[in-house]
Amino acid sequence: MDFFLSRYRNITVLLVVIVAQLLLIAYQVKSNKDIPLMRVWAVTAVTPVEQVLEVVRSHTWGFVEDYFVLLGVKGENDKLKHENGQLKLENQYLKSELNTADRAQALSVFQAHSQSKTVAARIIGNGTGATSKVVFVDRGSASGVESGMAVVTPDGIVGKVVDAYPTASLVMLITDPTFAAGVVSQKNHVRGTLKGQGHGECLVDYVQNEERVDPGEMFFTSGDDRIFPRGFPVGQVSAVRNGKTFKEIYIAPSGMQGGPEEVLIVLEGVHQEIPEGEMASPGYKILQPPAGTEASGGDASSGTLVTDADRLKDQYKQAGQAQNHVFGEGVPGSKPPDFTKIPGIRAAAPDGVLSASPRPAASAAANAPPPQAPASPNAGNANSTANKSESPKNLSPTADAPKPKPRPTAPILVTDPTDADPDSAPAAPPGPSNNAKPPPAPALPPKPAASRPQTQTNP
Amino acid sequence: MTEYSERLLDKPVRQESAGTMRIAWLIIIPLIAVLSQVYVPRFVSFLSYLELPLLITVHFALNRRSPIAAVFYGMSIGLVQDSLSHQPIGMFGIVKTLVGYFAASVSLRFDVENPVVTFILSFFFYFFHQFFYWVLSRALLGEAVNFDVQQTLIFGLLNAAVALPLFRILDKLKVAA
Repeated sequence: MDFFLSRYRNITVLLVVIVAQLLLIAYQVKSNKDIPLMRVWAVTAVTPVEQVLEVVRSHTWGFVEDYFVLLGVKGENDKLKHENGQLKLENQYLKSELNTADRAQALSVFQAHSQSKTVAARIIGNGTGATSKVVFVDRGSASGVESGMAVVTPDGIVGKVVDAYPTASLVMLITDPTFAAGVVSQKNHVRGTLKGQGHGECLVDYVQNEERVDPGEMFFTSGDDRIFPRGFPVGQVSAVRNGKTFKEIYIAPSGMQGGPEEVLIVLEGVHQEIPEGEMASPGYKILQPPAGTEASGGDASSGTLVTDADRLKDQYKQAGQAQNHVFGEGVPGSKPPDFTKIPGIRAAAPDGVLSASPRPAASAAANAPPPQAPASPNAGNANSTANKSESPKNLSPTADAPKPKPRPTAPILVTDPTDADPDSAPAAPPGPSNNAKPPPAPALPPKPAASRPQTQTNP
Repeated sequence: MTEYSERLLDKPVRQESAGTMRIAWLIIIPLIAVLSQVYVPRFVSFLSYLELPLLITVHFALNRRSPIAAVFYGMSIGLVQDSLSHQPIGMFGIVKTLVGYFAASVSLRFDVENPVVTFILSFFFYFFHQFFYWVLSRALLGEAVNFDVQQTLIFGLLNAAVALPLFRILDKLKVAA
């Protein structure tokens, strides 16, 4: 036995150890139980070291990681800056391409819809000269371009061809000081001559001061110069004022906005109609006064619409108030107010018949002489109407009249129930005494219809 | 049979040169190996296939040339591994016991200081370890675990490659001790 153990000691130990472990496994599997003691030992031996390693790692690896991260940050930052710059350049290029595509599309649409025969061209360079506004386009006589042809865009005219070369043409822009073209305004059809000023705006010359041009009004080519066909937009009035002889009208060229790059050269121009815009004179249409405003109490200076009937009503009202008379009260046959003290009647009545009385402010304003240049058409209309209605020449009888009407010694008043004071009670029904003894009435000026405001046609 | 082969088979040539390691290193090094197997794969999952406890067992067995010591050493490392796993205790113990025994038996007959022999032995024992563990899992625990031969061969090569420098380092520690 001893010999056997000494000779096969190693294998015996191995078998013992293996069998022991097999039994251990068999026990665990069969009893479904663990051997907690060995696990506790192992875990207790390993996990503290693991915790220390984790603490050390968490406190050191963060620094190391941050260090290596920061090492790469600078290079990454430079790389991102470079990439950002490239993206900006690319973005700018793409935007430029997109704008070019949009302009080309607009040009193509305009070219298809325009009646004039045109050829598209691209501005390829500027001309020399400090004040000259000329550019080169990439279309020349080989494309049928000749001197004197108009150059336009869908937004407006750009210039005219001054020289045509085989492969390129020289175009004088409308901002050139020597440029001129015939133009006409959209609303008032005022004709003038467009002149370049050497800067962004152009001047429309030879427009009389009496002509009416409003700021914001569009000007179109008139076709008079035989270069630009009629009906092409030129620009919008940015400023207008009276000059010594002619108006100074400055317009912002609509075709030069943003700097044109693609243009159309009009090979064969066809005159077009000028688009209808807002009428300069609105005709006979006058809007009703805003709700809540009193037409009777307003005057021209306050901005409220005032008709002659309103003024007359106001005069009667003031005369009644001056005599402590309340319209709508009193029995038939009572003493009416003395309407001979109305200023308008005094002006119309012969001297000595009417007593002098102070004029109301509204009447004084209405009788004021008209200004040299009316500020607005409505104000001019009101003044002209007031002058017409109160002119003694129109109202007083003249000796040269063939059959002068016998004027009453006292003014004859023809009252209208609707002219009564709205604040007072309704007027008493007219009795027979009224017919027997009519109140004196003034000789009224030509009274316009109350429902038809004064209008004036466009000069 | 040449003189060299006779020496190789009959006489353990490294018996007199085999150094001894202190007991502390014999405990610390397996713990570090087990700890690295538990801790390092958290950050580098690929290293979970690095069987450092096995390599430590093989190195100890080849270095000690004592089958009995290698049996107990392998059993101890295996049981610690089992304790940190979710399987019944003894699976790794049996496998590493066998590895330690066979490695020590081989070291008694061959010159295992040759790097090529070390590489081959490391590769072989890794394959043996994985295969025998798979056999035990199927036989004792009844687990239907697949054995990927190709993957096992590849990782065996990797472990053998790691074993060469590792054994050098452990030899340095032995000399220093």
